[in-house]
This record gives sequence, C-alpha cells and structure tokens, in this order.
Amino acid sequence: MSNDTNHHTDKHSGDVNYLNFEKGFMSWWMSIDHKRIGLMYLVSMIFFFAIGGLLALVVRTELMKRGQTIIDNDTYNMAFTLHGVIMIFLFIVPGVPATLGNFLLPLMIGAKDVAFPRLNRLSYWVYVFGSFFAFLAIYFKLDTGWTFYSPYSLRNAPAVMSATMAAFVLGFASILTGVNFLVTIHKMRAPGLTWDRLPLFVWATYATALLQVIATPIIGITLLLLFLENAFGIGVFRPDVGGDPVLFQHLFWFYSHPVVYIMILPAMGIVSEIIPVFSRKPIFGYKAIVWASVGIAAISFLVWGHHMFVSGMSDFVRYLFSFLTFFVAVPTAVKVFNWVATIYKGSVEFTSPMLYAMAFVFLFMIAGTTGIHLATLATDAHYHDTYFVVAHFHYTIQGGAVIGLYAGLHFWFPKIFGRMYNEKFAKIAFCLLFIGFNGTFLPQFVLGMMGMPRRYADYSTFSNVDTFEYLHFISTCFSYINALGYSLVLVNLGYGAVKGVKATANPYNSLGLEWQTPSPPPHDNFETIPVVTDWSYGYGEEYSDHDHNGNKKVVAKPA
Amino acid sequence: MLDWILEIFDFMPVEASSWASRVDYINNVITVISVFCTVAITFVMILFAWKYRRKSENQKTAYITHNATLETIWTIIPTIICFVLFYFGYTVYHEMRNPPVGANEVFVKGQTWYWDFQYANGKKSTGELVVPVGEPVKLIMTSADVLHSFFIPAMRVKEDMYNGNYSYLWFTPTSSGTFDIFCTEYCGTQHSGMTAKLKVVSKEAYNDWLNEKKDPSAEPVLPEVTGKAIYTAKCAACHSLDGSKVVGPSFKGIYSGAKHVLQDGTEVVVDDNYIRNSIANPLSQIVAGYPPVMPAFQLSEDELIGVISYMKTLK
Repeated sequence: MSNDTNHHTDKHSGDVNYLNFEKGFMSWWMSIDHKRIGLMYLVSMIFFFAIGGLLALVVRTELMKRGQTIIDNDTYNMAFTLHGVIMIFLFIVPGVPATLGNFLLPLMIGAKDVAFPRLNRLSYWVYVFGSFFAFLAIYFKLDTGWTFYSPYSLRNAPAVMSATMAAFVLGFASILTGVNFLVTIHKMRAPGLTWDRLPLFVWATYATALLQVIATPIIGITLLLLFLENAFGIGVFRPDVGGDPVLFQHLFWFYSHPVVYIMILPAMGIVSEIIPVFSRKPIFGYKAIVWASVGIAAISFLVWGHHMFVSGMSDFVRYLFSFLTFFVAVPTAVKVFNWVATIYKGSVEFTSPMLYAMAFVFLFMIAGTTGIHLATLATDAHYHDTYFVVAHFHYTIQGGAVIGLYAGLHFWFPKIFGRMYNEKFAKIAFCLLFIGFNGTFLPQFVLGMMGMPRRYADYSTFSNVDTFEYLHFISTCFSYINALGYSLVLVNLGYGAVKGVKATANPYNSLGLEWQTPSPPPHDNFETIPVVTDWSYGYGEEYSDHDHNGNKKVVAKPA
Repeated sequence: MLDWILEIFDFMPVEASSWASRVDYINNVITVISVFCTVAITFVMILFAWKYRRKSENQKTAYITHNATLETIWTIIPTIICFVLFYFGYTVYHEMRNPPVGANEVFVKGQTWYWDFQYANGKKSTGELVVPVGEPVKLIMTSADVLHSFFIPAMRVKEDMYNGNYSYLWFTPTSSGTFDIFCTEYCGTQHSGMTAKLKVVSKEAYNDWLNEKKDPSAEPVLPEVTGKAIYTAKCAACHSLDGSKVVGPSFKGIYSGAKHVLQDGTEVVVDDNYIRNSIANPLSQIVAGYPPVMPAFQLSEDELIGVISYMKTLK
C-alpha cells in the first residue's frame, strides 16, 4: 500500500504528469489518484460497451428476417437480456460520473483530489468485483430481460440472484462515488468558487450524486427480499406463496427510474459545458439550468409508476403517475431552450465536441417528445412494451447519455491524454454514428405504432408480416452503420491517445479551471490551489461593462 | 388540411374499436406537436450556429446571460401544453377503465405460451377469441403461471395479468374482421409465439358459433351450474341467498354494485377480484360485523369462474 502516500509534489517539473508519474500495473490498480481511477473506469466501461454492442448486433441480425435465422429463441432471449444488463449496469449507470466525473470534478473545483481518495479506489474495485456477478448470471443462463420481473425471474433463482447481486454490488460502487462527490463538492471547492459560480457539469454531478446515494439502496432492499423469499419461502413476490409480483415492479422502478436520470443528468452537464466554449458566449440561464437539474432529480422520485400503467395498479394511481410524469417535461424543455439561446449571437466553431453537443440537443428532443406519447395514458395503453418504448429509451440513453459521454470524451480528450485525436476522422465517425443511430431507431418508432411488441424473437405469425419485416430490415442495416461509427470513434481516440499530436494546456481558450493546468495534469492537479474570482462562463465579457450579476466588473479571469 | 397534417405520421393499425379513432387523434396531435417543436428548435439551433459561425478569431459576441421574460414564457407554455395533453389522455383512458354494465364477459387465462378463453355459456376456445361486433366485451383475465399481458393493437387496449388475481379490460369492436392478439409481458422461450387471433363477427354468427357443438356428448356445462354445486357443497352453511345473516354476509344481490364495509372501515366494491380474494384469502378482507372464521378454499380457475358466474345470477 506504499502508493497511498505518494501525494508529494516534488515531481512536477518537465514532462511528469499523472500518466507517467508511476509505471506498472500495480501503480494503476493501487492508485488513489482520481484521474487514474477515472481512466481505469473508462477503459473497463468501453470494454463492456463493446460486448453489449456486439450483443445488440446479434439481436438485430436475428430480427432482420422473419422466422428463426441465426439463433434459437432461448439464445435470443439471453442475448437481449445480456445486452440490457451489461449496457445498463456495467456501462451507462457508472457512466459519466465514474469516468469524466472522477477525472474532472476535482480539476473543475480546483481541488487536488476527491474528498475520500481511498473510497474512490474502493468504488472501482467494487465495480470490478460486481462485474463478476454479472458474468455469473450469464453462466446461470439469465434470460429474464434486464428488469428481472417476478415471478418469471424466480423460476431461475440462481441467475436472478446473481444478477440482482451484481446490481447490488455495482450499486455500492455508485453509492461510494456519490457520497464522495457530495462531500468533495461541499468541502473542497477552491477559495472563491461559490455555489453560484460552480460549473454546470459539477452541478449536474451533484444532482446525480444525490440520486446515487438515495435511490441505489432500494436495489439492496429488493435483493434482501428476494433472498428471504428464496431461502425461507416467505411470500414477497411469488403469488403462490402469498406474495405480490407487482411489488417487485414497484421496488425495481423506484430504483430504476431515478437511475435514468443518473444516466442523463451528467450528459446534460457536459453539453452545458461544451456549447458556451465553442459559441464564445456565457451559458444562457445559468440559474434556470441549475434549478432544472435539481428539479429533474427531485421529480425523478415521483414518477416510477409510469413504467407500470398496465401492470395492475389501481386506476387512481395510474392517473396520478401520468399527471406527475408530465412535470419532467418542463425542466427538460427549459434546458433545451437555454442551450439553443446560448448559441444565439455567438461565435460558433464546428469542432467535433460541438457537433456531438448539438446532436445531443436534437436527439434528446426526440427522446423527450416521444416520452409524451408514453406519459399520456390513452396512448400508452397502445405503446406500452412495444418497439415505440424501445426506440424512446434508446434515444434517451444512446442518443442522450452515450452521445453526451462521447461529446465529453472528445472535448476533454486533450486534457486527459495531453494529445489530440484526428479531427477530420472524428467528424466522419460522428456522421456515421449519427446516421446509423437514427436509421436504426426511427423505423422502430413506426414498428411500435404498428404494434410490434418488444422482446419478440420472431414476428412471422403477424398479419402484416411483410411491413414488419421491411422495417426490421432497415433498422438492422443501419445498426451496422451505427456500430461502424462507434468502432471508428474508438480507433480514432485510441490512436490519438498514443500517437496524437501534443495538445496545449488550453486548446479551446476555455475559462474552466480544469484548463488552467497542464495537459495532461500533474499528479496533484495544480501547482498551487487557484483562487476563483468569477464564474467560468464569462466569454465575451471583455466587451461588456458588467458581469453576470449585473455588477460593474472588477476581475474577469479565474486564477 | 388539418386532418392531412395530423395524419402524416399516423402508422397506427386499423381502427377497430369505439375509441380507436380518439386514441389516434390524441396520438396524432402529440406527434405533430412533437415533430413541429423538434424540427423548429433544431432549425433555429442550426440557423444560429450557421449565422454566427466563427469567421475570425476576434469575432465579437453578445454578452447575454439570461432573460427573465423569455425564460418565464418558455417555462409556462410547455407546462400548459402538458396539462392539456394529460387531460385528453386521462379522459379516454378513464373510459377504458370503466366497462359498461351488461358487457359480454369472457374469462381469459394466459399460460406459457397460449391463451384460453371461456364464454358465458361455458364454451371454451384456445388461441381464438370470438366476439360480436358493436357490443361491449369485458375480458376478465388471470394467469396460470408467470406475468402475461393481453394486447390487441387494433382495439388499442393492453393490460397485464398475474397468477391469483383478476385484471380486466374492455372494448367495443366497431368492425368485423380478424385481428392480432399479442402477449406483451416477457414470459420465456415462446414469448413471441404467444399470439392469438381476435375474430369480430356479426351477432348471428357469434350466437351460432357460441352454440355450435363439435361433439354432441361434450355439451358445455353452464358455469353457473358448476358454481351452484360448489355453493351448495361449500358456501351454503354460512352464506344465505335470501339476505338473512348467518355466519357470513348473504349472497343476495351481491353483484348489484353494492359496497362492503370492512372491519377497518374501508369500503370495497364487490367485484371479481374481491370475490376471488375472499375465497382464497378470506381473513384479509373481513366484512364489518362478521367474525373472522372463514377458512381459505383452493378452487381451480374453472371453479372460480363458476362461483363468480353463479353469484352474478343472484339478484
């Protein structure tokens, strides 16, 4: 454990940075440096993203033509289940907070590390440990869908116990990250970095951390109840021993709905950082965006029932959840307006992070507006558990959270690796990804309208099978383009990380604190802790007499 | 013109139930508002980005941080739109959840991986639900095993069912024909094979079909006959038919829409699920003024249908 104490600062001269500060596997595995932990999370997650993506291609290929084509029903059911489990629990739930959050949070608030560096390391270890349970579930042939609905899932108790155990253990990784970030943001901000100067990515991370800490324990309770039921036959979820299967759905969604916002809020934070930098303008409506983030986090606890409109809840509860769900739309819409307004009268540079950010705004609007179809009771009765839902949440999670993550990866790439990726290549990959993604999921909205149920291995018995097959065929073809786009991005970024041209400390002339230190940052982030005198969005302020608070300007630049 | 705009993105299946056109109308309104907003905002975003693209490094920008008026407007307008859409969705759905009295009742049982149907005269069918056109149909649904969900795209209805419980849905078919029925709650290997057909036929054809006998010796037994036998053997000692109070509440007129007041003061409507639960788990719902003494009875699905059908005949 000798590496724990390597917090001395005398190695900062020359080319020494956090990447080459120490060498060897153990120097990474045992590291308590938030930047290294973020990077390790990133590499692990991209590994799982690739596996999950390949499984998605298996699913799409099976559906390309009617009838059984490449795999039988049981294999198909396992493929879509694993796709969901891996993508959700191993990739997008840790997602942005564990990777970019870990890397950037201390840099953005002018701290040397997070509040509890060892807890941070534990979080990564727990994550790796939890992933073994996910593979154990695969070994036990988990085929329940990522939602593990009882009583079907209880037929294969070892598989569902391992899968919930994986979610439970991985949940601890989330909780540890969340607690760490909350304390870090509260206690470790640089002098002068008041709450109303806090970068919006940090605000988004803060709202996310609250959700991680409050929502995640529910999956633990659910696991405990599952265990009691399987070990002692206490009726909790199984109707034949007096349990209530709908209770499982309540518990599952009480956790899993806030999780959707754990995925999307940090991505919104990333977009709020990127658009001002490449528009050379202050973020529009800073306070509104902060309140929208916190508001979304709060409302997210009150809407889980919209996953259960046809599950047998009482009618009154259905009406109530529909009503509450509509409230999510308002803060989300406010954010979109703010991003667009930020571009107005700016000086827009079309870099690849900016393209990703603008794509996020577009794709997220599709995700949000199709959410209205699902929040409306009369139409949800038709859409529930169809491809319309599949397309909707892929627009939210892939079009939103993943595109947001990729926007952030491109944006902070020079900071993380001290090198640049190939910009032209990045734009080509972006185009493929964008076209492939929309081509895959727009036809799925149409399939859903026509009544195509999700989780179907085959559709050959349908009345108008020709139309269904035609749309599935288009969707599958574009999914290959989507996969090609993602592969190109990874090749480009991978090559850039090793061989790219050296990047300067602040290639975009950004005002963010994280750009005021060398790229890649030294082990301790900053030579001296910076003193903050203003927010980090004062682009173009040099032409204005007043700062954003309406006061006569004193000092413009952060230290 | 308006209709044409509304129907640009209408890929819904054939409208074959009384509310299908209203569901589709709401759906089309939402879709058109959604597409319009998405396209308009994206257009504005790209327009801004292109108009204010960087032409020189020293390009001046406007230092705008916020605008209270604008922000208030774009908070209030989406809120109002959402309330209106909620209301329309609620009204039609409220109708979907309240079947009219006197609807044709069909018992539905889902099991891995097929559908069983039982009609009022005891006739049974598998994989094929036959209903008369123009008359309301109420499906009383349960599952023999895991969760299933009953989805008829052409009728725009869907509801889950689970073991040991009745759920329901209803619709009034407005045109004859054969329509797809899907299971939409994942249930294992043959989930995608758990389909059935809904046949909407004329009243005469329906009656003919209901009374046709493939095998004369296998005359369907009326469910209420089965129910009466069970009543006589198991219920009659404690539950009267004439309104008199014996040990438990009388069955006289029990399905008239009356409410039972339970010991804890809650009022429950006597419906299929209440009866079902009172048979399988009697102590959970003791009617105020009666002793908690009834033992639980394990009846088969067919016996339950019989008892419920019999109780519905007791005026």
